[in-house]
Amino acid sequence: MSEPAVETRHLTRRFGSLVAVSDLTLQIETGEVFGLLGPNGSGKTTTIRMLCGLLAPSDGTARVAGIEVTQAPDRIKERIGYMSQKFGLYEDLTVGENLDFYGAIYGLPAAARRERIAGVVAFLGLDRRLPQLAGQLSGGWKQRLALACALMHQPRLLFLDEPTAGVDPAARRNFWRTIHTLAREGTTVIVTTHYMDEAEQCVRLAMMSQGRLIAVGTPAEVAAQVGGGARTLEDAFIVLQERDER
Amino acid sequence: MMLPRFWPMFRKEFIQMRRDRLTLSIMVGIPVVQLLMFGYAIQTDVRHIPTVVLDQSRTPESRDLVAAFQNTGNFRIVAHVDGRSALDAALARGSAQAGIVVPYDYARDLARRRTAAVQVIVDASDPLSSQAAIQAAAGVAQVRNLVILGAAAGRPQPPIEARVRPRYNPGLRSPNYIVPGLVGVILTLTMVLVTAMAIVRERERGTLEQLIVTPITRTELMLGKIAPYVGVGLVQMSAVLLLGRFVFDVPLTGNVLLLYGVALIFVVASLSLGLFISTLVRTQQQAMQVSFFFVLPNILLSGFMFPRQAMPLVFQWLGALLPLTHFLKVLRGILLKGVGVPALWPEILVLVTFAVGLIGLAVRRFHKTLD
Repeated sequence: MSEPAVETRHLTRRFGSLVAVSDLTLQIETGEVFGLLGPNGSGKTTTIRMLCGLLAPSDGTARVAGIEVTQAPDRIKERIGYMSQKFGLYEDLTVGENLDFYGAIYGLPAAARRERIAGVVAFLGLDRRLPQLAGQLSGGWKQRLALACALMHQPRLLFLDEPTAGVDPAARRNFWRTIHTLAREGTTVIVTTHYMDEAEQCVRLAMMSQGRLIAVGTPAEVAAQVGGGARTLEDAFIVLQERDER
Repeated sequence: MMLPRFWPMFRKEFIQMRRDRLTLSIMVGIPVVQLLMFGYAIQTDVRHIPTVVLDQSRTPESRDLVAAFQNTGNFRIVAHVDGRSALDAALARGSAQAGIVVPYDYARDLARRRTAAVQVIVDASDPLSSQAAIQAAAGVAQVRNLVILGAAAGRPQPPIEARVRPRYNPGLRSPNYIVPGLVGVILTLTMVLVTAMAIVRERERGTLEQLIVTPITRTELMLGKIAPYVGVGLVQMSAVLLLGRFVFDVPLTGNVLLLYGVALIFVVASLSLGLFISTLVRTQQQAMQVSFFFVLPNILLSGFMFPRQAMPLVFQWLGALLPLTHFLKVLRGILLKGVGVPALWPEILVLVTFAVGLIGLAVRRFHKTLD
């Protein structure tokens, strides 16, 4: 498998006169944990939404899992899992019903669905939560359930949009352990964040600001590329934010 | 066409509907409450108007006349007053809506073969209820005139009699008119409003975003989402028809199967409209406002309560643009007249056209992306 998991060329998205993502050219290798880092409004979420087929690009191209996003978005959707920033599951369904629903929507037949539910539930420790309504779960458990639903169809690519927002530190550490396990098993993970400690956990990073790609590489490389005397990722981030505000 | 993801969507929607007690009770409650409200409270045939009498004649003839008024059933004598001012006060207060004044010389004029005048004063601030009183008053005089004139001419039988046969609703009962119409109004309300809300709710809560990154197709999403409400609509319709039949004695004359068939077409048209509205708005509140904006002309212009023939031409045309207008004709045609396809095909054709057009519109507007 030498084909990259994601490959974009001059990817651009405009909302009216606002350019949310501008001329983004990026390559993400299969099996890596790739971070999209940047202040609010830097275009991380818009990028992920274009890669998942939620938004159409205004310009440029993007290939995800070997398929052009504008050509066959529904075939891409069979191969990717997505976790949105805001909890997007049904709060009036139980944990088990949510899993069963998404399993069925991804086309798993009943028997395979039961087996797969047992698998993800064991993997994420959700077994005692199955009969509980999703709306009654705490932030950390909601996040695990969202991940579980995104994993039902064993996607090759996992897109996580600020997955740990509003989750306590212990649950966050736990979550990242899970991410690394998935990556070891061959899943490509693309994650947006503005937590520095999380960014450090990524194999490679793309730093974005005002819709543009500023730097790409390992965390240390990115810090060096931003310049402005930044030695750590955190310094680089602050330098960028100050530039934005000016 | 294979739609493998239709059923999970349908099942999910059903579980949610079952758990949402409020919406569920509204969907069941609306038909029942509306039926009782319209069936009992709204009576367009006004009877037993509270009436005060000022009898200045105080003769057997005048008492006879007042009794004749009362016997029409339109006037209910609530008080006898002594003067004109007391009568006016009663009307002004609203404790009476009609006043009958029999003058001093009523009996004398009758005896002298002069025209004996009786004054009937009606509170016409509500034209609908005063109309019945006015007609009844004219009727009382006419009947008595015939008797007197007939006797004078030596001809006890009236020369001409118009034999009116009110067909399809011989008792002229308003429930017979209102209940079939109510089926259409309730279906419009539920189908348009609930569908629009159901889809916008997914968008508002962020669940639509998670759903559209799955391989579910537009068609599966739309059909799975609205199909449960087709069931709700048919249940509502049955409830209204059954209550109408057994509580209000509204006849079910024609082919009920045909009625359900046409109702299905109407439901599809209304659901598509709801779907279309959901693509125009961002929040549930907006969906509600737009839906009500649409429902109101349906109630006023469709012929549900007010006869369309009496409307200015422009409003008749506007009414013809509403699916409900045509569905009402079918409903009344089947339920009251017992007619079938041969009489109703033009209306059915219009409904099919609406359904096809609105589905097309909804499908064109409904996209599987966030913007």
